[in-house]
Amino acid sequence: MEHIRMPKVENVRLLDRLSSRRAVVGTLYLTATHVIFVENGSETRKETWVLHSQISSIEKQATTATGCPLLIRCKNFQVIQLVIPQERDCHDVYISLIRLARPVKYEELYCFSFNPKLDKEEREQGWKLVDLNEEYNRMGVPNNYWQISDVNRDYGVCDSYPTEIYVPKSATAHIIVGSSKFRSRRRFPALSYYCKGNNASICRSSQPLSGFSARCLEDEQMLQAIRKANPGSDFLYVVDTRPKLNAMANRAAGKGYENEDNYSNIKFQFIGIENIHVMRNSLQKMLEVCELKSPSMSDFLWGLENSGWLKHIKAIMDAGIFIAKAVAEEGVSVLVHCSDGWDRTAQVCSVASLLLDPYYRTMKGFMVLIEKDWVSFGHKFNHRYGNLDGDPKEISPVIDQFIECVWQLMEQFPCAFEFNERFLIHIQHHIYSCQFGNFLCNSQKERRELKIKERTYSLWAHLWKNRADYLNPLYRSDHSQTQGTLHPQIAPCNFLYKFWSGMYNRFEKGLHPRQSVTDYLMAVKEETQQLEEELEVLQERLANLQKSQSGDNKVKSKQQDRSKQIGLYTSNNSLANTPQEYSNDLKSFPSRSPSQGDEEDSALILTQDNLKSSDPDLSANSDQESGVEDLSCRSPSGGGCLPSEDSGKDSDEAVFLAG
Amino acid sequence: LLRSSQPLTGPNRRRCREDEKLLGAILDEGERGFIIDTRSAQAAKQARMSGGGTEPKSSYPQWRRLHRALDRGRPLQESFIRLVEACGDPSLSMDRWLSRLESSRWLGHVKAALSTACLAAQCLDREGSKVLVHGAEGTDTTLLVTALAQLILDPSCRTLEGFQGLLEREWIEAGHPFQLRCARSASSHARGKQEAPLFLLFLDCVWQLSRQFPFSLEFGEQLLLALFDNAYASAYGTFLCNSEKERSLCKVKESTHSLWAWLNQPEEKQKLLNPLYSHNPLVIWPSVEPQSIQLWQGLFLRWIRPSQHLDEARAEIQRLVEGN
Repeated sequence: MEHIRMPKVENVRLLDRLSSRRAVVGTLYLTATHVIFVENGSETRKETWVLHSQISSIEKQATTATGCPLLIRCKNFQVIQLVIPQERDCHDVYISLIRLARPVKYEELYCFSFNPKLDKEEREQGWKLVDLNEEYNRMGVPNNYWQISDVNRDYGVCDSYPTEIYVPKSATAHIIVGSSKFRSRRRFPALSYYCKGNNASICRSSQPLSGFSARCLEDEQMLQAIRKANPGSDFLYVVDTRPKLNAMANRAAGKGYENEDNYSNIKFQFIGIENIHVMRNSLQKMLEVCELKSPSMSDFLWGLENSGWLKHIKAIMDAGIFIAKAVAEEGVSVLVHCSDGWDRTAQVCSVASLLLDPYYRTMKGFMVLIEKDWVSFGHKFNHRYGNLDGDPKEISPVIDQFIECVWQLMEQFPCAFEFNERFLIHIQHHIYSCQFGNFLCNSQKERRELKIKERTYSLWAHLWKNRADYLNPLYRSDHSQTQGTLHPQIAPCNFLYKFWSGMYNRFEKGLHPRQSVTDYLMAVKEETQQLEEELEVLQERLANLQKSQSGDNKVKSKQQDRSKQIGLYTSNNSLANTPQEYSNDLKSFPSRSPSQGDEEDSALILTQDNLKSSDPDLSANSDQESGVEDLSCRSPSGGGCLPSEDSGKDSDEAVFLAG
Repeated sequence: LLRSSQPLTGPNRRRCREDEKLLGAILDEGERGFIIDTRSAQAAKQARMSGGGTEPKSSYPQWRRLHRALDRGRPLQESFIRLVEACGDPSLSMDRWLSRLESSRWLGHVKAALSTACLAAQCLDREGSKVLVHGAEGTDTTLLVTALAQLILDPSCRTLEGFQGLLEREWIEAGHPFQLRCARSASSHARGKQEAPLFLLFLDCVWQLSRQFPFSLEFGEQLLLALFDNAYASAYGTFLCNSEKERSLCKVKESTHSLWAWLNQPEEKQKLLNPLYSHNPLVIWPSVEPQSIQLWQGLFLRWIRPSQHLDEARAEIQRLVEGN
């Protein structure tokens, strides 16, 4: 709290991103963990909460007659424009936020003070929900070809790897240690995914320190061991996910890539995915397009192409597809690496696994996948997502890209995933929020040193508790789409990659369909289930009755006109929406506020309400100044409100000028 | 909501008392109306040279004129052709796809059409004013705007029956020259001068609405695709000829079958209905931001993109809603 110069500022205006006419006035609060804006006057006293961890940048703009504008950009793509009446106050808020958004110690992060009111046992249980040992067993290891190695038990071999690692049976400790000395950051080849069906595997590592001509016997033996662990194939693919030029440049620094001449029976392949700096810039450019005021179709498409974002997404996907094909169709094992083996390698391995194994397309399986390929294998969450103040050049949307790949796949295969878009969005949100301890630090070692499991809570437990919100109603485990490997179309397929406005324009309600088809179908599904259960009960009862009586009673199904029933439910969701400003020529309309005599306006900013229903815990531990609604009611036929990012409960105004 | 063609003001600023009286009679004392001219102000002015023009303020004092330039004719056809070519080009890398999409300008036309229709709807619904829409001939962009505006405003147009009625009224009876406009589609090398995909543009806009309001239209994409097909080549007489007069002369009603009759048969109708439909009595205001306007893959990539997984999804939705 010592960093907060001004805990409270009154008469602050919260502007709509695109129309300065639509501003709401309220009070701004700064707490140890959040920035909170509370609207004045309106009955509901809408609140906007922003975690300090989410703040990406703060911009103090030139003072105008109306006050001093402050623009807050968040890592979850929320953009908040405030106008603070006094320049002095604005400056204080600015300085405070700068410090609050750049914590120096882990203890400053929200996860250490967050209290969902669970006891110690529940907290522990939460952390045990995802068990990687169980996962490797499920894959089918250890077995004749693969064993678990404890060579890294004290992080002595590689400090960014986990303590338990799976290696080929023929890889002795000596080979592992030798290989690790020949790999960047000592990240030796280890098992990521094992395919029971044909013994093919996906292994991952970092680049070899081969320079122009260096060799390492143990490293060559390591690769041989991996190859031998798959008796069905006489060669091994080695996939370098970097562009060839970059990999070659690395040789001058004593690193590089595997020479096919030195390693027996490997087939080497470059799949050019650009580095973290290119990706950071790409996202930056795309967000600039999103911030354009009333762009034309041209502006938007040009800007999107210019950012290159979708091209990069496709590159990651193509790599995953290549590897999945190698494993599933050719039965060949693949060793994947990039430079340090913790960014592109993680992306590509997890995409490939998702394509190959339907388990990872279930909710639990997806959590396991992230835990395995990202958390345990030492993806640098702290550096990449700025838990703590650090080098801005380390920041890059690496996991965001992976999450987007999943969304793109969900769009192509709507029945194949057990979870829905909201699940992905909430995961992304919490990677940056530091509300839970899963994505802290840069490695398992650091997390253990900080005693994360004893001091924070697990996101997975939280999501699992609310899993009803995250289900995909179209998912059926017996559906053909959910079985086996997914085969995305390879070419032509450019058009298959869409701009994910649900993520990058998440907080602009006007852009999204007002009614969520997912929520509606989930409600229908639940209703059907309830009716079927009732039917069973009634049928049983009738059978019993019939035994004790003679009669010709027909069993009448209680199927009412369900569509009508559900229809009523959705109409309650306020189908009304208000028009954008379709006219450039504002003078042509006598100003008649669209809200006149209309449904209530709602701020375009995500209020805590919307997040809260899936994160009910947030309300439990907030520095609340006012009562905040608990939207956790979920009865479909009761006309209650469903927790949804695009809650149709409030009618939303899209008030940006059209081009 | 009214529609017409352009007034024949001509270079000498002719006046027509009857026309002024007619437009005057529509409005009450002191009431203001809006004229939405689907040509740019400049194009409308230039039209005077060839005998056309606009309604001068002095002669039509109660009417306020707004210009919203909507492309028609040759440029629209070119746009269509370029889009189809981009979709079908296998050599296109991801680097260039979006710029090819952009340079076709098709999505820009969709955005403009929806914006203009929303403007008309806004005048009616929000301002409570009467609106007159016209372009040059009153047979192309005019109909696009009036038909879309009704879809936005009027829930009865969103039912299957109401939509068919809307098509009959605002496109067929209103005299959109289908024969001339829907002659050869995108691949023909014989570039007819009168060819232009206005009707397809309309269907695309309807599709955008169905995507943004998935519960509000009683029909689905299948109907829109069927209409597109039948506008160009049909076993039915519904879209034949260029006007009611021609249809009467050709005795279309006596010698052909109606598309509506076929579509309304129970088995066919089933395929066209939207399982998520629930009567929405309110006005539906679409977002016309670029992010909200998407390429109608179901039409433009119909033969390129495998639809199996999406069909399965659609079947699953049907199954869920109908309660297994």
